[in-house]
Amino acid sequence: MLARKGEAVAIGRLERFLGDLDLSCELAKRCQPEIQPTSGKRVAVVGSGPSGLACAGELAMLGHEVTVFESLHVPGGVLVYGIPEFRLPKDLVAAEIEMLVEMGVHIVTDVVIGATYTIDELMTEEGFDAVFVGSGAGLPVFMGIPGENLNGVYSANEFLTRVNLMRAYEFPRSDTPVWRGRKVAVVGGGNVAMDSARTALRLGAEEVFLVYRRTANEMPARKEEVHHAEQEGVEFKMLCSPVEVRGRDGFVTGLVATRMELGEPDASGRRAPVCVLDSDFEIECDTVIIAVGTRANPLLAKAAPDLELSRRGYIVTGEDGATSMSGVYAGGDIVTGAATVILAMGAGKTAARSIDAWVRRER
Amino acid sequence: MFDILATRQLSDSVFEMTVAAPAVARKAAAGQFFILRVGERGERVPFTFSDWSADEGWIRFIFMRVGATTHKLTHLAAGDQLADVVGPLGVPSHTGGLGRAVVVGGGVGAAVAYPVARAMCAAGDEVTVILGARNAALLILEDEFRALPLKSLVVMTDDGSAGEKGLVTHPLKEMCAEGEVDHAMAIGPAIMMKFCAATTKEFGVPTVVSLNPIMVDGTGMCGACRVTVGGETKFGCVDGPDFDGHLVDFEELMSRQRIYVEDEREADVEYSKGCSCHL
Ligand SMILES: Cc1cc2nc3c(=O)[nH]c(=O)nc-3n(C[C@H](O)[C@H](O)[C@H](O)COP(=O)(O)OP(=O)(O)OC[C@H]3O[C@@H](n4cnc5c(N)ncnc54)[C@H](O)[C@@H]3O)c2cc1C
Ligand code: FES
Repeated sequence: MLARKGEAVAIGRLERFLGDLDLSCELAKRCQPEIQPTSGKRVAVVGSGPSGLACAGELAMLGHEVTVFESLHVPGGVLVYGIPEFRLPKDLVAAEIEMLVEMGVHIVTDVVIGATYTIDELMTEEGFDAVFVGSGAGLPVFMGIPGENLNGVYSANEFLTRVNLMRAYEFPRSDTPVWRGRKVAVVGGGNVAMDSARTALRLGAEEVFLVYRRTANEMPARKEEVHHAEQEGVEFKMLCSPVEVRGRDGFVTGLVATRMELGEPDASGRRAPVCVLDSDFEIECDTVIIAVGTRANPLLAKAAPDLELSRRGYIVTGEDGATSMSGVYAGGDIVTGAATVILAMGAGKTAARSIDAWVRRER
Repeated sequence: MFDILATRQLSDSVFEMTVAAPAVARKAAAGQFFILRVGERGERVPFTFSDWSADEGWIRFIFMRVGATTHKLTHLAAGDQLADVVGPLGVPSHTGGLGRAVVVGGGVGAAVAYPVARAMCAAGDEVTVILGARNAALLILEDEFRALPLKSLVVMTDDGSAGEKGLVTHPLKEMCAEGEVDHAMAIGPAIMMKFCAATTKEFGVPTVVSLNPIMVDGTGMCGACRVTVGGETKFGCVDGPDFDGHLVDFEELMSRQRIYVEDEREADVEYSKGCSCHL
């Protein structure tokens, strides 16, 4: 499949991590895709997550000169800062990026679009013919309950970034510390919550609780991830909704939750949890990790007033990935809200083909 | 990699570094910050610009040697490199139309106060600067401030070894009491900003503080930098670093700044083992 002509080979293996394929065997099969004659067009890709990398790979194959701008110091997006090593080896991501570089893609880290350059500046001063925005849905949501800013309360993004991207597990050989809880409560029921819980166990937590408002049946996490978490000893506290984080001297000592029961199905068809009166109880813990979702980061859009956003701040695009700004395309979580690696890569590839048509026609 | 162009020691423990970063310098504004990593295993640390040149493509910052990262920084010199420099980040300080402004810079906070005061002068505000330090040796940038078209410069030290003896809040209070202040800005240790805000509050003088919470990405992705302002959670890196000093929960800020003190000590001890300097 990797050798099949016209396939976006460079990102092929990333799609597979979901399918548990053997890494070494995959890497052995690496081969460079065929690249079309150079078009003389330059495209900027904002963000190096799966959508940006897929878009960059496809554009490079179509003969365009591509520069990927990444705000962090390492490219890969959620694949490197969010998803842990034990689930997605970082070597595999690095190999994908290496392949893109071999194909001629420039990867520029430490550049925040919206701060270092605006989208307009990319199209004018920096001389790009088109821009793809794949900046992800990076802004963590907190619960808005008392005690949430106590020391020991993390967003999943912060906790996972400290451990994965900043290698806090090697501290003090790496410079970034992480609060290593003995008893950790993770709030949420998605893949991010499972990754946080399993990472906490690997950092040496004695007990890890997973606190979720509904039951395991309603969890949005993939079933295997839920199984892994259970097998590794994560204790599930289902039908519990956090109401307060308690602390002493600024540090977390417990998470107070209310018991819930499932009521009537809601709009999504899932049975909605309702509070059981006077059922508050405290889970003793020294760390709370909040994995209840993310929102669109407004940083890039604030510096691009012509970019049409949805009510919730996501970028509005057509089926082809085109935004309200001429020559600017978008895809991945910044368009759909937090979704999946496969969807993000699909959106990146779709946009690449639209960009290809657009730059050849308009520029 | 980013080339270090120059370094300068300003006191026993305070240093200045100038780094080539043309794209960052081109956009920098007073009150904004950037994030650096010293090397491959380095942490991401924010520093507010003390100066920059868009034309020459450099940025400058001042730091006190407090932990492993700043210790490592002290060992770098012109010709060395930083692994990463990213910015400019945060919202620029508000300048212009402020009327009679007082800028308080305490300790290394003076480094941040300098471009803010300069920008206010350039925007037509009438600026008084109060510089505070523990002692004369720790007083920085006095000459630079003197070169600005300020209304006046007041120097305060805890021990009276330079300027007046006392806290920055003394002259601040007097000026407010005289009705000479339309706008105050305080930049320095959290405790100093807290007392400055408490001082001006009595007189109803709008007061902005420049907060320095712990950060990781600096772009709104992690929430490490969250601060409570007027009962609401804000992200210091994207909503700030400037906030209404009368609404900031300073106790929470100070508590959150202490979360990794043990780790920082451990990291510094670990790093200092292999280091012959006596800083
Ligand atoms: C912990 C975790 C586990 C997950 N597990 C799974 C899973 O098992 N299966 C699955 O399919 N999906 C999973 N997901 C979801 C999946 O990772 C995302 O849907 C996918 O990564 C989205 O890709 P993206 O390219 O849109 O954005 P991202 O991966 O978020 O990448 C965006 C990149 O853009 C950069 N950026 C943002 N703003 C700017 C800017 N202004 N300038 C420059 N760069 C910028 C960011 O730093 C980032 O590197 C998981 C997500 C998380 C957080
Ligand atoms: S430092 Fe991460 S959100 Fe502010």
